[in-house]
Amino acid sequence: MKKIRTLQELEALRNSLLQQRDPTKPCVRVCLGTGCRARGSVDVVEAFKDEVKRQSLEFKVETKQTGCHGFCERGPVVVIGPKEIFYQRVKSRDAPEIVSKTLLNGEVVDRLLYVDPATGQKALYEYEVPFYKKQKRLVLANNGRIDPTNILDYIAIGGYQALAKALTTMSCKEIINTIEKSGLRGLGGGGFPTGRKWRICREAPGDIKFVIGNGDEGDPGAFSDRSLMEANPHSILEGMIIGAYAIGANQGYLYVRAEYPLALKHLQIAIDQAKEYGFLGNNIFNSGFDFDIKINRGGGAFVCGESSALIASIEGKIGEPRAKYIHTVKRGLWNKPTNLNNVKTWANVPLIINNGAEWYTKIGTEKSKGTGIFSLVGKVNNTGLVEIPMGTPLRHIICDIGGGILEAKKFKAVQTGGPSGGCIPEKLLDLPVDFEKLTEAGSMMGSGGMIVMDENTCMVDVARYFLYFLQDESCGKCVPCREGIKRMLEIVTDITAGQGKEEDLQLLQELAEMVKDFSLCALGGTAPNPVLSTLRYFRDEYEAHVRDKKCPAGICKNLIEYFILEDKCTGCGACLKLCPQQAIQGEPKKLHIIDSAKCIRCGTCLDACPFEAIIVE
Amino acid sequence: MVSLIIDGVKVQAEEGSTILEVARFYGIDIPTLCYHDELTPYGACRLCMVEVDDGRRIRLVASCLYPVKEGIKVRTHTERVVKGRKLILELLLARCPNSKTLQDLASKMGLEQVRFKMENEDCILCGLCVRMCAEQMGSGAIGFVGRGRKREVVTPFRMASEICRNCGACMYICPAVDLQCRGVKSPGELCNSCLVITPQCLEKYGQVMCTLESCGACVEKEKK
Repeated sequence: MKKIRTLQELEALRNSLLQQRDPTKPCVRVCLGTGCRARGSVDVVEAFKDEVKRQSLEFKVETKQTGCHGFCERGPVVVIGPKEIFYQRVKSRDAPEIVSKTLLNGEVVDRLLYVDPATGQKALYEYEVPFYKKQKRLVLANNGRIDPTNILDYIAIGGYQALAKALTTMSCKEIINTIEKSGLRGLGGGGFPTGRKWRICREAPGDIKFVIGNGDEGDPGAFSDRSLMEANPHSILEGMIIGAYAIGANQGYLYVRAEYPLALKHLQIAIDQAKEYGFLGNNIFNSGFDFDIKINRGGGAFVCGESSALIASIEGKIGEPRAKYIHTVKRGLWNKPTNLNNVKTWANVPLIINNGAEWYTKIGTEKSKGTGIFSLVGKVNNTGLVEIPMGTPLRHIICDIGGGILEAKKFKAVQTGGPSGGCIPEKLLDLPVDFEKLTEAGSMMGSGGMIVMDENTCMVDVARYFLYFLQDESCGKCVPCREGIKRMLEIVTDITAGQGKEEDLQLLQELAEMVKDFSLCALGGTAPNPVLSTLRYFRDEYEAHVRDKKCPAGICKNLIEYFILEDKCTGCGACLKLCPQQAIQGEPKKLHIIDSAKCIRCGTCLDACPFEAIIVE
Repeated sequence: MVSLIIDGVKVQAEEGSTILEVARFYGIDIPTLCYHDELTPYGACRLCMVEVDDGRRIRLVASCLYPVKEGIKVRTHTERVVKGRKLILELLLARCPNSKTLQDLASKMGLEQVRFKMENEDCILCGLCVRMCAEQMGSGAIGFVGRGRKREVVTPFRMASEICRNCGACMYICPAVDLQCRGVKSPGELCNSCLVITPQCLEKYGQVMCTLESCGACVEKEKK
């Protein structure tokens, strides 16, 4: 393969690709993101390929394996181009029908269309589905359109144009100015202005510099980095190459969790292909600029998402943070100036170079520009990946895009920003989502996890769960984080077990505030957020646990009891048969009784009772 | 040279030195557990935290690591700092209640109550031994393993180390496994007995008297 050295050559390649590709040719795009894979989309692709082959349609129909479309709840997702007909929950046995009906005759397979549960209306096209319609997809826009393992797909949609533009027509200063003017901020959660970071790194003395892409997404329930790396790895590479050129770095590292095998595979393929086409390597676009990217696999430590711990890990040391009184942009990897950005931040760079800073500043709020990407999970109808302009109210994300709470239950709280984010209550649902507003509310942007909780969630138990996670994931270097989280967990566990004392709440508050102030890195600095935010917004629940020894949500096992209501029980025996402890007694057609001493509060009887005769108190 | 203000006093300091070094030079006492003059600062015990006002904002920093800057205002004993230090010490004491160093610090800092469940560990994980072994003895026979509550100092794979020369430097520098205090309280409790004597043992004799041969003054006083 001849390396591409000029903007003209890239244009020529793109034009020839567009000519080769007939835009009216039917194309089956099957999502092979992790969510859809788990639901069997690999088999679906095979079924399509077999069917196409069986009907000898290889030249008429294209089958494409794309990355994550984002609507994981409805996977496997299949989109039929060029009309963009959207099929959901497709099984491999549906493939023959789709091929013969939709691809050959243009008929729609009705039962596979998405039905909006709120209105009962069917959505024919992808852009009609409310989940997509109400988003603004910039970074994720091409996730479902291209084959992540084929660089030509990326070039055909205009990929590497920004790189060509930056390297051939812009000076380093101009690039940094553009990024600075755009207002792009670090999307890994810190929210530091990206342009300013680049400038400091550029101006830091030293001729060897590094850039790093942080793909060590460790938050439970967050998968936005993962989807991006799996679905559009070239956009990350392109951003990193532009950034490295602007900063003056010749070596880049991508730090990705080893638990993301598909992301690692796709990124490696992307790097190899970019090298083949001359986008990585020596003298990129004849600019005299050399750059290479290496992938480092993370060993599964949550704390290695923190920049200084990540750098230590690349150096081969223990992944532990250090105090950053001298910033990593001045002294980072091997004590050289190092610019670290999240992979989502890098992926924003080509968009800004292509469309200009002005365009980017029009999206978002005054201080937070562009879009935010959230992994919407929990007790919400439409789980999946959501990209919205900064400043969009939480209510819009959860109720409109997310389609409201599962089983029409009542919303209780949403936890943003991963395990060390805070829980935001219903009264703040109209909060516009941006860096400042979330921090003010006692939570944070973090890596964009968004866990929705319904009325059946005990907030004390939620705090306990996150503390339990953080206790194991704290590196253990500094005392406040290591010992503080352990003790907070001890206190909260006591409270959920009904052994809480009145003074515990005061101690918990005191401890949480100290850990926040005195910890060495951001992990410890944000670890008390689940405690502090639940104490702030759901103090009554803590008090109910401590004073009345009751769990209002009916979750904490030591504080609840199951009862059978006399007037509702028909003596059907459904509960009796299923109880694993034989704790229910009663004769057929007569009132049953639960023996509280034997009951392990598993909830099986509650689910089994057809008459809603069992209550939790 | 840079000039800065520590606890209201305008002082001069060499560029590149840390707040802790400067403060100690001028006789201001900041407690530490993981710091040693001859080892790389580590910033883990968080007892040396001070408030720094750099004109833009006031924040808490670890004085053993924070390099002095022109014009900063440092306050080493504000209410917030002292309260935090006490709570950190309380956490450490709950972990290692039998350490004389911690018991003495508690008396010095006026910590009279531990509100957490007492454990019985010896190591406070300050990392002095690890740094001593690697930096001064040139050996690196011990290191940290595990994360969070599972963190501990061991030899690689917990096997007898081939490079350990049994020099004892790790034991020498360890602040935690000192001789136990001969106070009146039973092991595993916060003692504070030396607080009852005048002049206070700690201020007069430092550590020396107690660990060599206890005079027993605190015990006598308590008995009466």
